[in-house]
Amino acid sequence: MDASLVRELVPAVIGVLVRRGADFAAAEDAVQEALIRAYEVWPHDPPRDPKAWLISAAWRKFLDAVRADAARRGRELTVDAEPPEGPVPAADDTLRLYFLCAHPTLSQPAAVALTLRAVGGLTTRQIAAAHLVPEATMAQRISRAKRRLSGVPLDAPGDLATVLRVLYLVFNEGYGGDVDLAAEAIRLARQLAALSDEPEAAGLLALMLLHHARRSSRTGAGGRLVPLAEQDRSLWDTAMIAEGVTVLQAALGRDRLGDYQAQAAIAALHADARSAAETDWPQIVEWYDELLALTGSPIVRLNRAVAVGEADGARAGLTALAEVDPGLPRYAAARAYLLERAGDLRGAATGYAEAAGAATSVAERDHLTREAARLRHAAQA
Amino acid sequence: MKYLLLKHYRGGPTPVTGYAPLDQWAPERVDAHIQYMRDFADRLVETGEFVDERALSPEGTFVRFDGEGRPPVTDGPFAETKDLVAGWMIIDVESYERALELAGELSAAPGPDGDPIREWLELRPFLTDVPFGGE
Repeated sequence: MDASLVRELVPAVIGVLVRRGADFAAAEDAVQEALIRAYEVWPHDPPRDPKAWLISAAWRKFLDAVRADAARRGRELTVDAEPPEGPVPAADDTLRLYFLCAHPTLSQPAAVALTLRAVGGLTTRQIAAAHLVPEATMAQRISRAKRRLSGVPLDAPGDLATVLRVLYLVFNEGYGGDVDLAAEAIRLARQLAALSDEPEAAGLLALMLLHHARRSSRTGAGGRLVPLAEQDRSLWDTAMIAEGVTVLQAALGRDRLGDYQAQAAIAALHADARSAAETDWPQIVEWYDELLALTGSPIVRLNRAVAVGEADGARAGLTALAEVDPGLPRYAAARAYLLERAGDLRGAATGYAEAAGAATSVAERDHLTREAARLRHAAQA
Repeated sequence: MKYLLLKHYRGGPTPVTGYAPLDQWAPERVDAHIQYMRDFADRLVETGEFVDERALSPEGTFVRFDGEGRPPVTDGPFAETKDLVAGWMIIDVESYERALELAGELSAAPGPDGDPIREWLELRPFLTDVPFGGE
């Protein structure tokens, strides 16, 4: 059984149930139960028409729930037992589900979980395993999110920015359990880019593809983090890079630049260089200038300072860094990097050690600690 | 974001209210205290923020390697170590502010006189497994 095929059907089937009169929360629950049933039955009894199977199984689950609820309240059942000849699923249903699941009123963890279940078609168990939380916790997180959305119509206009942010969060979560969340985020972004004509949706897809293409070169033995300049570029997925560049060029051609397109353009320039030395740093600095004008983000200012250090020399980079808030998460690491290039090994070692203490991930902390040790050793030699 | 809420038998800042060990409280106060902890954990399951909870025995032994072919050396238990962890709770929340709010709530468990016990809890962020960066 092709799990990704089943999962692709999920948002459309939710859409069908909603059009037949189920509210979103009940429809989503019913489809989740039908999905779990499909995983049990399909391997030994594959359906001829998977979508029809899923619709009718989900409708039955929905009716069961309505009946149980009616019995509990002592009310008569008013829903037709036979599925009405509802309209065929519309492409719009899936897009609307993206907006609903990433609704601005939801917290980010809630929006991520709901998106993975209702749009991504993952089971609660898979989502819980991917986030290393108990299944009961994840089930509650999802049902609370749905309660919060009650009363929000499925066809209300959505906020693309929150959808893109949620997908990018999923992408950066990487691996977890038996689900590759980065690959899942790319699948969802690809679907979104096909449904929406906003160039930023394409920009996000391009950014993900260009990052993902370098994934196997990014970590070495024992999960060791390999910096971009030291990555084995022969490991990069050239087909994926080509797709990312094509998607990006089409988006840029629409002439509505945004944050994700600009970030993707920087990633494309890295992907384009056959060696670290051939990187077009002056053009990367120009893209950071664009990005800074768009977002005003202090993190962009920090990354820009590092790029300036590559384009115009470490001293120029340190001058650019002087305008950056030293309280930023990666400030110490960026400064240490530039100090080494400027020949101050002791200062760089101290800076890396300080950065390691402030790291938020194990791989990053270990990398920064190794850099500090390497430089201390070099400074003594 | 995951956080560890550490409860200490000893260690940390000076307690705001000095109080006797739990076994010396009135039984109904003990019940109220334990029920508060239980309700707190249940509420976190409901909000989708609960990850794990464990209590530890105060009995601890220090152990270290002592050379190939030799049994590990043990030391302790020490009655006077500065810091003694009593247990932990792991929460998965949206922000640091939310983690602080929850820790404050847990520290308000009723004490021997029924008033909030105000014990110090240690809040520690997890390092993630997401490397993200280096580029």
